[in-house]
Amino acid sequence: MSRLTRAFSGRKALVTYVTAGDPDLKTTAERVLCLDASGADVIELGLPFSDPQADGPVIQAAGQRALRGGTTLAKVLDLASSLRGKIKAPLVLMGYCNPLFTYGEERFADAAAASGLSGVIVPDLPYDEGESLYGALERRGVDAVLMAAPNAATGRLAEVGRRSRGFLYCVSLLGVTGTGKALHGDLEAYMARVRAVTTLPLALGFGIDSPEKARLCASLADGVVVGSALVGLVETCGDDRPRLLEETGRLVRSLREGLDGI
Amino acid sequence: MKRGYYGPFGGRYVPETLMAALEELERAYESLSRDGAFQEELSCLLERFGGRPTPLYFAERLTEHLGGAKIYLKREDLNHTGAHKINNALGQALVARRLGKRRVIAETGAGQHGVATATAAARFGLECTVFMGEEDMGRQAMNVERMKLLGAEVVPVTSGTGTLKDATNEAIRHWVATVEGTHYIIGSVVGPHPYPMMVRDFQRVIGDETRRQVVADEGRLPDLILACVGGGSNAMGMFHPFREDPVDLVGVEAAGRGIATGHHAATLGAGRVGVLHGSRSYLLQDDDGQVIEAYSLSAGLDYPGVGPEHSFLKEAGRAEYVSVTDGEAVEAFRLLCRLEGIIPALESAHALAEAMKRAPRLGGKILVVCLSGRGDKDMDSIKSYLGKGENQS
Repeated sequence: MSRLTRAFSGRKALVTYVTAGDPDLKTTAERVLCLDASGADVIELGLPFSDPQADGPVIQAAGQRALRGGTTLAKVLDLASSLRGKIKAPLVLMGYCNPLFTYGEERFADAAAASGLSGVIVPDLPYDEGESLYGALERRGVDAVLMAAPNAATGRLAEVGRRSRGFLYCVSLLGVTGTGKALHGDLEAYMARVRAVTTLPLALGFGIDSPEKARLCASLADGVVVGSALVGLVETCGDDRPRLLEETGRLVRSLREGLDGI
Repeated sequence: MKRGYYGPFGGRYVPETLMAALEELERAYESLSRDGAFQEELSCLLERFGGRPTPLYFAERLTEHLGGAKIYLKREDLNHTGAHKINNALGQALVARRLGKRRVIAETGAGQHGVATATAAARFGLECTVFMGEEDMGRQAMNVERMKLLGAEVVPVTSGTGTLKDATNEAIRHWVATVEGTHYIIGSVVGPHPYPMMVRDFQRVIGDETRRQVVADEGRLPDLILACVGGGSNAMGMFHPFREDPVDLVGVEAAGRGIATGHHAATLGAGRVGVLHGSRSYLLQDDDGQVIEAYSLSAGLDYPGVGPEHSFLKEAGRAEYVSVTDGEAVEAFRLLCRLEGIIPALESAHALAEAMKRAPRLGGKILVVCLSGRGDKDMDSIKSYLGKGENQS
C-alpha cells in the first residue's frame, strides 16, 4: 500500500493545499510544518502557473504572487526536499503540465522521487494525454493522483479509477476552485458511482471551505481537500507572518474537529 | 496519427470536468460534418446572411506599384461584421443549436470574434457572454458597444494581464462551471480537440472559394499564398484546401517592436513547444514554462499561442512562417489605403507587408493575400502609433 493510500486509513483524511512561494518559500515551509502539526494527513504543494485553468481567483492571485517572488519548479522541489523527515504527512506536488514538460518528464520524475514527494497531481493532464509522465512517475514509485468529475460517464470514471494511484481526487462540483459555488447536487449518487468502480480512497475537493462542508463531504468520502480557504489566509493576513501561521493552525484544527466528529 | 493530433501537436490538455463536453462535441461535430442538411443550412446562411462568396480581387495598382507578381486579395473584409470570424461563429452557433445548448460564450481580443459571436447568437436567439480583457476593452471600446447592442453580455477580465490569453482562461473556467447548458465558441484554430479541426473546417471556405476564383480568372493555381497568423484561423482556412498542391504557403506572424526586443507575438518564429489552452503547440514561454505575454500593435495577433496544425505545417516544412514588425505592417496598411481604396485590418496588413517584400522578385508569378478583415476598428491604434512617431521600427 502506498504512503498516500495509508494516509487515508484510520480516520477521515484532511488533505490541505497551499501555493508554494506565496508569500515566499520560507513562509511556505513554516506553513507546511504548521499544517502537519495541526492535523493535516496529506499536504499538497501548489506549483504556481501563469495560466491556471482549473483555479478560481484566490489560487490565481496566490500563483501570481508566488511567480512575482521568483518561485520555480526547481525551488519547489528543493522546498520538498528540505521538509523530508520533518513532517508526518506525505507531500504531493500539484501543478499544471507545461512547467513540468518544460523541466522534462523523466527529469521531473527523478526529481520528484529524489525530493521525497509521495504523489503528483496535474489538473490539466487527463490520463489520455498523460501516459508518458504518469508512467515515468509510476516507475519511480511516485503516485500519479488522477481527478474524477461528476459529469463523467461511468466508463470514463472506471478508467480514471483504474489508472489513479494513491487516492482518487473527486471534484465536488462543475467549476473551478474556491468560488463558493454549491457542491454538486447529488454528491451521494456521484460518490456511489465512483465507489462502484474503484477501491482507492476517495477525496472530495473544490469548494470545501468550512468544517461543516468538510464534515458533509467526508461522510460520503474518505477525505476532503481544502485549498482556497487556506490560500486565502495569505491575503487576509497581509505581511503578518505570525498571524498567518496562527490562522492556518486554527483553520486546520477546526477542520480536523469537523472531520473527527463524524 | 493519434486522434486529435497533427504530428506531435494538438491533443486535449484540459481539466477532467471538460472531457465529457469535448467528447460530446466531437461526436456531434463528426456527425454534422457528414450531415448534408447541416452543411446546406450553413452554406445558405453564409451566403444570405454572411455575404459569401467574398470576391477575389486583382489589386491592379498595387501590382503595378510593386512591379513583380500579380497580387490578388481575398476579400474577407467584405464579410458581415467585417472579418472572416463570422464563418466560424455561424458554424459553431449552428452546432450549439444542434447540441441543444441555449447559451454560447466566447473569448475575444480585438473584439472581432466577440462581435461575430454576438451576431450569430442574436441571429439564432442564443444567450451570449463574451470574455474580454479589461485592457482590450479600453483599446477596442467600439467593439464592446457593438457586442452590447447585439444583446451580448461583455465580461471584463482582470486576471493575469487582462488580454486575450487571460480572456481565454476565463472563458475556459466559466465553461467548466456551466458546461451542461453552454457551448464555448472558440475563435481560432486553437484549444483542445476537436476545436482546431472544427474551426479549420468552418474557415476552409476561404481557401475553397479562392481556389475556384483564381482558376476561373487565371486558369491555374497561384504560386504563393500569404495570410497572417495569430491563433491562425484565417491562414488555416486559406491554406487547407491547397495543402496537397504545388503552392507555397506563408504564414505571417507579428514581430511587434522586433523579435530581439522581446515585444512580439512571433510564436512559431521565436517560441518553444508547450501546452496552452488545451493543446500542445508552439508557445511563447520562459525557461520555467510560464507563458509570456505577447505584444503586437494588432490586437488580433497579440496571442502567445498558435494553432497546433500550424506547428505541424511548420515542422513538416509544408508552410513557411515569417514575421513582420508593427512599422512594416503600418506601412503596408497605408499603402493599401492609398493605392487600392481598401482599409485593411492591421492583422491583414502583416500578410500584405510580407507580400510587398516578395512581390518585386516574383515577376510572372501569382500571389494571393488573405485580407482577413477591414481596418475601421484600427483607426485609434493607427492614429496613436503614427502620433508617437514609432514608425521607424
